[in-house]
Amino acid sequence: MENLVYVALFAPFVGSLFAGLFFARSPKTHLVGVVNSTLIGLAFIASVILALHVAEQGSVHVTMMTWIDIGDLNIPFGFKVDEVSVTMMLVVTLVSTIVHIYSTGYMDHDRAYNRFFAYLSAFVFSMMILVMSDNFAGLFIGWEGVGVCSWLLIGFWYHKADRPFEENPSISPSWAANEAFIMNRVADLGMLVGIFLIYWNIGSLQYDVVFESLKNLDSGTLVAIAIALFIGAMGKSAQFPLHTWLTDAMEGPTPVSALIHAATMVTAGVFLVIRANPLYSLDAVHGVSMFIASLGAFVAFYAASMALSARDIKRIVALSTLSQLGYMFAAAGLGAYWIALFHLAAHAFFKALLFLGAGNVMHAMDDELDIFKMGGMKKVMFGSYVYMFIASFALAGLPFMAGFYSKDAIIESAFNDGSYIIWFILVVTAGMTAFYSFRQVFFIFHGEERYKALGFHPHDMYKYVLVAMSPLAILAITFGWFMDDYHEFITRLLPDYEMSHHTHHLAPYLGGLVIVLAVTGIIIAYKKYAGRGEKAWKRDEEFEQSFLYKLVSNQYYVPHFYDQYIVQPYKIASAKFWELDKAVVDGFVDFIGKGAYKTGDISRGMQNGNLSSYLNWMGVGAMILVLIAVISSVIG
Amino acid sequence: MIGVNHYLILSGLLFSIGFMGVLRRKNLLMLFFATEVMLNAVNIAFAAIGSYYGDLSGQMFAFFIIAVAASEVAVGLGLLILLYKKYGSLDLEVISSMKG
Repeated sequence: MENLVYVALFAPFVGSLFAGLFFARSPKTHLVGVVNSTLIGLAFIASVILALHVAEQGSVHVTMMTWIDIGDLNIPFGFKVDEVSVTMMLVVTLVSTIVHIYSTGYMDHDRAYNRFFAYLSAFVFSMMILVMSDNFAGLFIGWEGVGVCSWLLIGFWYHKADRPFEENPSISPSWAANEAFIMNRVADLGMLVGIFLIYWNIGSLQYDVVFESLKNLDSGTLVAIAIALFIGAMGKSAQFPLHTWLTDAMEGPTPVSALIHAATMVTAGVFLVIRANPLYSLDAVHGVSMFIASLGAFVAFYAASMALSARDIKRIVALSTLSQLGYMFAAAGLGAYWIALFHLAAHAFFKALLFLGAGNVMHAMDDELDIFKMGGMKKVMFGSYVYMFIASFALAGLPFMAGFYSKDAIIESAFNDGSYIIWFILVVTAGMTAFYSFRQVFFIFHGEERYKALGFHPHDMYKYVLVAMSPLAILAITFGWFMDDYHEFITRLLPDYEMSHHTHHLAPYLGGLVIVLAVTGIIIAYKKYAGRGEKAWKRDEEFEQSFLYKLVSNQYYVPHFYDQYIVQPYKIASAKFWELDKAVVDGFVDFIGKGAYKTGDISRGMQNGNLSSYLNWMGVGAMILVLIAVISSVIG
Repeated sequence: MIGVNHYLILSGLLFSIGFMGVLRRKNLLMLFFATEVMLNAVNIAFAAIGSYYGDLSGQMFAFFIIAVAASEVAVGLGLLILLYKKYGSLDLEVISSMKG
């Protein structure tokens, strides 16, 4: 089993090195795409075997080597494959495999094809370290690794120039990459502080040791650790107020958005909270957990409301990702860790599918993102239409789809907890989710064929790409059916979440309410956006001028606010500090250099070629030496 | 009674005279004379202090200096003759060739 762990972990790394070392400068070759996809597929197969092994015989724990061993500090490179990490491994490797295959088609015309695969595989490797590590230090390595890969991949088309875009003053892939990286850096500081606190108070970073010793700590320290770790999670999972990077990260290539900014990396924060569940389920940190749940519910609603008016196809999906991350945090905060993890997995499947479908649309429309310019594309892109329809069905949480089971469970647990405000927000958000996801589908695939007037000639993606996407579609439909089996599997490690009898009794009605809201949302969207001819959608200029619409479509002016009150003052401060730097630091260095230069310039007058004056200078020097000798003998 | 101080004062005076000559004179030959005066001022001091302490090494050193000075004068005078042949003068202003 140990070898399989290494295969799962290092196969993506080998792929990354293969593409990065041997093909970085060579022209596009399909060999790279095929080899890298195969290696990720290999990691997936290893993960499947490991999952079966974990299900039958329990977790696998390997220590590869000692990494840091100084004094009392001992951090090994250890990897633990248990119920939680194997779930993440399966999700990551499965989605990655499909995204890799998808990328061979999507990036077909890109000149940096090989480089793309080097980065993408490196990302998978970092993510595997993140989920498999058996200590916080390894987790942090993976955490930073995915951050770097995310930066590289958002800024993949770094040569694109800045352009004004909706609510942002100016946006380009490199700008978005920097924004994502810097915002994550802010949050990572919190994470690092949390890790330091753990080390100072416990003296180890191994999960099992740490969770074992938590009961010996006083509640103040526990709260501090919980808050610090959650700040890290907020950055990676783009929770308010560190959420703006996620929508801007859509500047990257679509497969990247699907893999990193929807299915895997952004769920790392949720994973961290689930991993640290012995900490977050303590009574002492109940306040922090409640805060996590409340923030999750708030973000769920907040992001969904922005998605209602968004026009950019990728931003709609990104905002729905934000919203679903909010659901996961709500569940994790309420103590329903296994439900959060279940929703995480289900979400990864249908969101990746949705994103890849959106990528197909973009590809067909020559990278046009505005859904106002699309419509009636059902005929030309039937395959993508079916996929996006399935994914939106799952996202909306309609019966028997993956999203139905997991989202319903989250809403139920909010009700069960007695947090009726959170419950209410989540229910309303579920209705909004159905509306905006079907708004997008109807805008793109139904209604008038607006793209024709604009001169687009859409065509569907390669056949093999559509076939490769099918596992995601199947899972988006069927994943929820295995909820009971998964429950049994995962609760061996994670605490079970018992619904009270009262809730259990009410569950069908609660589920029914959510379904009614979702269906209502879909019907409204259908009426409004799917009509043709007479009933076709028309722009409502008046409504677009209203305060509410403007507020929502400008993302509540949060990016504006950041630009105005953080970025601009920072720029001014930087300019001032640059002045100061030039005056003090540079000034001092220049003074030394110029001083030597000036001294030479002045004293070179001595070298006048006259032996007599040389002798005079020599005499003066000798006198001075004698004088110094006399003075020093008198003094000392 | 002439003591060691008298010799040292004489030596100091001679050294100052020589030193001033080195600083003020423009003729190379005169510079040579001035350095000889300085060397001999030092010789007087060596001999006087050697006698004062009853130690012969001071006078021995003075002999060494006389020997070195003699050879130095031999070499120096040869160079001076060459310089005079080249420039027709031994004035420092005339033979200076380096410009800072």
